[in-house]
Amino acid sequence: MSAILDAIRAKFPAHVMAVHDRLGQETVTVGADGLRPLVEWLRTPEGGSYEFLVDLAGVDGMNLGWKTHRFEVVYHFRNMENGRRLRVRAALPAVDPHLPTVSDLWRCANWFEREVWDMFGVRFDGHPNLKRILTHHRFVGHALRKDYFVKDQQWLDDGAESLMDELGDYGENPDDGGFSELVPVNIGPAHPATHGTLRILAKLDGETIVKAVQEIGYLHRAFEKHSEVGTWTQVIPYTDRLNYCSAMLNNVAYCAGVERLLGIDVPERCQAIRVIVGEMSRIIDHLVCIGAALVDLGALTNFWYAFAIREKAYVALEGLCGARLTSSYVRIGGVSDDLNPAFIEQVRDFCRELPKAVDDILGLVKKNRIFLDRVVGVGIMPRDEALSWGFTGPCLRASGIGYDIRKAEPYSGYDRYDFSVPTRTEGDTAARFFVRFDEMIESMRIIEQALDKLPSGPVFSTDRRVVPPAKTDVYKNIEALMNHFVLVYDGIKVPKGESYMATEGANGELGFYLVSDGSGRPYRVRVRPPCFPIFGALPRLVEGSMVADAVAVLGSLNIIAGELDR
Amino acid sequence: MTTPYTLVDWVLGDGAGWLARFIGAILVWAVPITGFVSFVGLLSIWLERKISAHIQCRLGPMEVGPHGALQTVADGVKLLAKEDIIPADADRILFAFAPMLAFAGTIVGFAVVPFGPGLIVADLDIGLFYLAAVGSLEAIGVIAAGWASNNKWSLFGSVRAATQVVSYEIPMGLAFVTIAALAGTLSMVGIVEQQQGWIANWFLFRNPFTWVAFIIYYIAALAECKRAPFDLPEAESELVSGFHTEYSGMRFAIFFLAEYAQMYVVSAVAAVLFLGGWYTGIAPLDAAIGGGTAGMVVGAGVIVTKSFLLVCVQMWLRWTLPRIRLDQMMYLCLKVLMPFGMLTLVGSTVWEHFLPSPAIVKDGGGWTGNTVMTGVVVAAIGTVALVAYVRSVIRATPSLRAASNS
Repeated sequence: MSAILDAIRAKFPAHVMAVHDRLGQETVTVGADGLRPLVEWLRTPEGGSYEFLVDLAGVDGMNLGWKTHRFEVVYHFRNMENGRRLRVRAALPAVDPHLPTVSDLWRCANWFEREVWDMFGVRFDGHPNLKRILTHHRFVGHALRKDYFVKDQQWLDDGAESLMDELGDYGENPDDGGFSELVPVNIGPAHPATHGTLRILAKLDGETIVKAVQEIGYLHRAFEKHSEVGTWTQVIPYTDRLNYCSAMLNNVAYCAGVERLLGIDVPERCQAIRVIVGEMSRIIDHLVCIGAALVDLGALTNFWYAFAIREKAYVALEGLCGARLTSSYVRIGGVSDDLNPAFIEQVRDFCRELPKAVDDILGLVKKNRIFLDRVVGVGIMPRDEALSWGFTGPCLRASGIGYDIRKAEPYSGYDRYDFSVPTRTEGDTAARFFVRFDEMIESMRIIEQALDKLPSGPVFSTDRRVVPPAKTDVYKNIEALMNHFVLVYDGIKVPKGESYMATEGANGELGFYLVSDGSGRPYRVRVRPPCFPIFGALPRLVEGSMVADAVAVLGSLNIIAGELDR
Repeated sequence: MTTPYTLVDWVLGDGAGWLARFIGAILVWAVPITGFVSFVGLLSIWLERKISAHIQCRLGPMEVGPHGALQTVADGVKLLAKEDIIPADADRILFAFAPMLAFAGTIVGFAVVPFGPGLIVADLDIGLFYLAAVGSLEAIGVIAAGWASNNKWSLFGSVRAATQVVSYEIPMGLAFVTIAALAGTLSMVGIVEQQQGWIANWFLFRNPFTWVAFIIYYIAALAECKRAPFDLPEAESELVSGFHTEYSGMRFAIFFLAEYAQMYVVSAVAAVLFLGGWYTGIAPLDAAIGGGTAGMVVGAGVIVTKSFLLVCVQMWLRWTLPRIRLDQMMYLCLKVLMPFGMLTLVGSTVWEHFLPSPAIVKDGGGWTGNTVMTGVVVAAIGTVALVAYVRSVIRATPSLRAASNS
């Protein structure tokens, strides 16, 4: 047992219910009373400096056979110096589950806790704004509880929540019957700059935003609930729809998470293929982000330059897996098809042309006074606040923290490639743009290296627990037929347990926290969407600036509603 | 000075009485000018589509007509057939009136825009002043549209339009005055006639300050047309569609047409004020063409070509530059363009005092000491700018910086 777990047990003997470090993931289960002292202590240097709250999720243990409690709220922490992670599970009873909030310690916990309240009905005492976040405000019940039947649909047809209570009486004159000179304006959910379905309600003084609140959930598709219905394999197509600009990265993240829970390794060739398609997706995602954000700034031509090169990547991916947007290419234990020679040639072409395309786009903006005036110093996220807001990925690196999971905790063999992590210190909209520009070139370098030393061999694991037998065997002998039948009907039998797998998505840390009860169906699939905490910080970024700045900031954050609302 | 020879006189002959001239002016105005405005609108929209497409590595419209030339006509028919929607709670009268006001504000500008020698609706003695006065009439239509729509985004658009008017009008007026001081007249025809002869007689080349005045005018003109980077009143990514968010069908089309007609007006004015109007800039050629019908036809061709070239530059800028922010637009207009406009006015008049150009150079002369000095100053400024640019490039490039230090 590791030192930190022993230290926690020694420090909080009355509260710790269990500890384990299965799969190398240190986990503490505490009672609800012990949570707050424990996490406060964990933030301190003697507690291990777990200053980054990565994720906060609920689990309903109704069918897991827990004796002492029904719900758990699972906190994932990370020490940013040495990269150690720690999972804290707070045990809660079936009746009136409630916990003290940690939203005063980590700002990102505000939204995470609202989601847990929405989905599991766990109250957080002291939370400033404990309202539903993903489901409709008239929704009855808590959808991710196991006793909420998946087909219990509710017809909710009154309009969006007014949100005026969140906006508060800011700027109102009590002597004048609450009259205010400030204008409340809805930016979204149907607004050209929101690109999907986000809603920002802003109070404007002239064109200056003095207060802003956001509402999300317009694209909520109950991904996590849906995942619990089918087999582990059947979740893969749903992951395409999370961040639909980089579906491959979601595929890789989910499958790698299940593989960690299964304890299997995929062949090196498969890892290299995953790296290639993943980095191509990252480039596509950044191109879409930059192109669309520049359109929001009024620079329309960049969009076409970005999409012309993106098209080449999509053509290559289409040739590989038959789909452009929703690839569903990666499988648990491998990838669906080996690379074809045409794909390799197309990717090489793509890598040759990408620097030119990036230069073309940069050439229009890099020294453009109008562009720089619009983005430099706009929407600054200071370095010391970024982690508390839960920033990861390009947005965090733009604030000066070079945290990239590909480097910090390599998976899929990223440690075999030579690449750097572009970092800027300004934390403003310009930095977020330029970090993405630099990352595209780094991704291109990774792809070239992966193609150069592409190992030969199979693209699928040989583990019979996850891989169906060859088709020739299925047709010819009964054992293979039965093996195939069981794998398809019952699904992959993932052993009982839990696992958190962090990968570097295009927008930041894309983590899958998976809980299995050993039945062949996912018990709980929790995705940590990088957009979610980032969008939670939007008021911090835009309050005090103008509407035009808010549009620029929103573009540079690259909020993808599919991932945000799940 | 002889009586100005205008389009009306050309149609009616010299002896017409005031009533005939009045009715004639209306007819002359109504028929060919409206036709020309529609033509300009159709052509500009097609040009915009093709230019933007080619800038963006696309083809643009290709299906309707050769190279999509009739696409705009097809779109016009579609817009005519569309439902005319007036939002509930909108100010119905103002809502219906606003597009007309905007269009009228544009089309009255055509009254003093010459299409060639003698081809002008009315050669007013105060032509330039009139233009400055009616130029902002279109903005009133825009403001009315935003106000009447009962939509916050539209209102923001119209407030932006108002802000923009008070910002760009001042530098634009200063550019006008600079030229008026040189020309000694506000009449558009009079201004053009002072630029005949060689290209050096164009006001653009009169002295180094008129260069600056031209740039100031062109930037202000972009703002007047609400073109990128000054498309703040529409700003589709910020204000949905700004002032015309609620407009559909033909009313929207009229706004659209007004914008493109305005683009032509400001470009034609630039051609008149700075680029020699209907003169080719080659003295023997102008002399060879002479006056009369040939002069009219060639002159019209020259000035329309010059105007459309400037329209194309507007389009080029639109598809290259991002949108400026509202406060930056005000900063640019009031704190940058306005002081420079004042300097230009003072500098230009002082220059003219010490190095006067010949009053009207009809014999093809004009390569005077003035011209030489202008060339020297422009070359000096250009050299300084080039050196500064090269230095900034060296500073920005580490390898070059190291080389220059060693």
